[in-house]
Amino acid sequence: MSAQRVFMKGNEAACEGAFRAGCKFFAGYPITPQNEVPEYMSKHIWDHGGTFIQSESEVAAINMLMGASAAGARAMTSSSSPGISLKQEGISYIAMSELPCVVMNVVRCGPGLGNIAPHQGDYFQATRGGGHGDYRTITLAPNSVQEMAQFVYLAFELADKWRNPALVLSDGTIGQMMEPVDFSEMPYVEPPDKSDWCLNAHQEGRERHLITTIYLLAEDMAPVHERLVKKYERIKKAEVRYTDYMSDDAEILIVAIGSPSRVARSAIKAGREEGLKLGLLRPITVWPFPYGVIRQYAESDRVKAIVVTEMNWGQMVEDVAMAVSGKKPVHFVPKHGGLTFTPEDMLEPIRAIRENPMNPETLWVQT
Amino acid sequence: MLLEEYIFAGFGGQGIMTIGQFAAYAGMIQGYDTAWIPSYGPESRGGTANCNVVISDDVIGSPHTHSPNGVIVMNAPSFDRFEPEVRKGGVLVVNTNLATQSSERSDIKAAYVPCADIALEVGNEILVSVVALGAFNALKKVVSDENMEQAIKWKIPQARKDLIDLNVRAYYAGKEYLEST
Repeated sequence: MSAQRVFMKGNEAACEGAFRAGCKFFAGYPITPQNEVPEYMSKHIWDHGGTFIQSESEVAAINMLMGASAAGARAMTSSSSPGISLKQEGISYIAMSELPCVVMNVVRCGPGLGNIAPHQGDYFQATRGGGHGDYRTITLAPNSVQEMAQFVYLAFELADKWRNPALVLSDGTIGQMMEPVDFSEMPYVEPPDKSDWCLNAHQEGRERHLITTIYLLAEDMAPVHERLVKKYERIKKAEVRYTDYMSDDAEILIVAIGSPSRVARSAIKAGREEGLKLGLLRPITVWPFPYGVIRQYAESDRVKAIVVTEMNWGQMVEDVAMAVSGKKPVHFVPKHGGLTFTPEDMLEPIRAIRENPMNPETLWVQT
Repeated sequence: MLLEEYIFAGFGGQGIMTIGQFAAYAGMIQGYDTAWIPSYGPESRGGTANCNVVISDDVIGSPHTHSPNGVIVMNAPSFDRFEPEVRKGGVLVVNTNLATQSSERSDIKAAYVPCADIALEVGNEILVSVVALGAFNALKKVVSDENMEQAIKWKIPQARKDLIDLNVRAYYAGKEYLEST
């Protein structure tokens, strides 16, 4: 309680994280439930020497971002699911151009226009590239207002470190809720100097800088792909992040991200009071995904089953199942349509899993 | 362990979201962890809107409450929807100017407050939800009146000192009504 705590919305905290990271450009288009991001940006980015543009469309915003990033600025856009789909072409170009930028998705329920309730249906899109072609984006999954700020801040750092787009995969609950935030660990930083590669207009005597995505000859493209793949491999080794809760003696391990991971924490506390030894593994990076640590849990004699809770029809559970590799039963507990979990929604199936670790009701079977 | 879960509900425009933020902010400066979340759908542009507030001395799980131990209903549809949801032993404050129903439950504490009448006496009908909050917190007593005043000052721009004063007076008018009945 010592540090100064500010009470704000997740969407607003994300903007404060961006300002502290030296974000100088934001372009975006309104969509619920992320509207507070462009609203807050439009009010405050000028105080930080930045530029805000309400673009004519999501497609325009992501292409403006490409320009700002190519010119060396720390740049960000945000949207919610249907809008993020529109941005995918641009994200593919930015990834191929190896340009750093931050894209935030305050996920709502899809597919199509869906509704505006919190959801996690964009997990595949975020962790598998999302647009056309073969690429990955570093993806961070916040579960609190504090982490909205912190992960946007971190996303700028990682994007520049790897010259790669970084995504913040939030959800409607985290974006819309207000909570205390402490900014003391997020000092304002000057954006790094990128003059060795960025397009900063012609300078006398310097070598030509080229940012492109087109390599017409396969012989020219192949080494570029190779370089990208090597980069992704290095990211996988260096940037996996996760956190856990009461997992040291857990017999049933819950894996969850975003707002369901908060409910899981409550479920674990309540479950332990009735003798269920539950723990939580929460990926912070969903790409790169913490396969290694989940595999360790799966190999432990203590762990009887692994339960994945998601607000979708089963996406992250595939990554978990890949990590577990059949060593332990993997169960899937979903919530659909924009409905949110209660702790009891998780505890009821978990009680059945404790009775029968192969309970077919929730067992995740790859078909 | 302290775990307070509130739902405040009424028509869009009655100040429901604002009193939720007052309560959550007051809880924060009292040293608790707090969370607030609105119903952010089309209902927030009219129709029945609500917000959830959680105040706890532990890390907060879901900000969505499904079993509130404190509810304010500012209109009739909100009464019908949320009165049955109040947790056993919980508190229900009803704005009798728009909700004329009575609770038949004996396992909750219900208070009936003519919030609009009191707000008009204070000086402006827009204060209607703040009156309800004053009555609500007189029953709950989880956060102090001083911290509620601080929350009002945090939320309303300093340039509108007149509005701050009106809100503070409305809060205490609600509290006094409850304590005098």
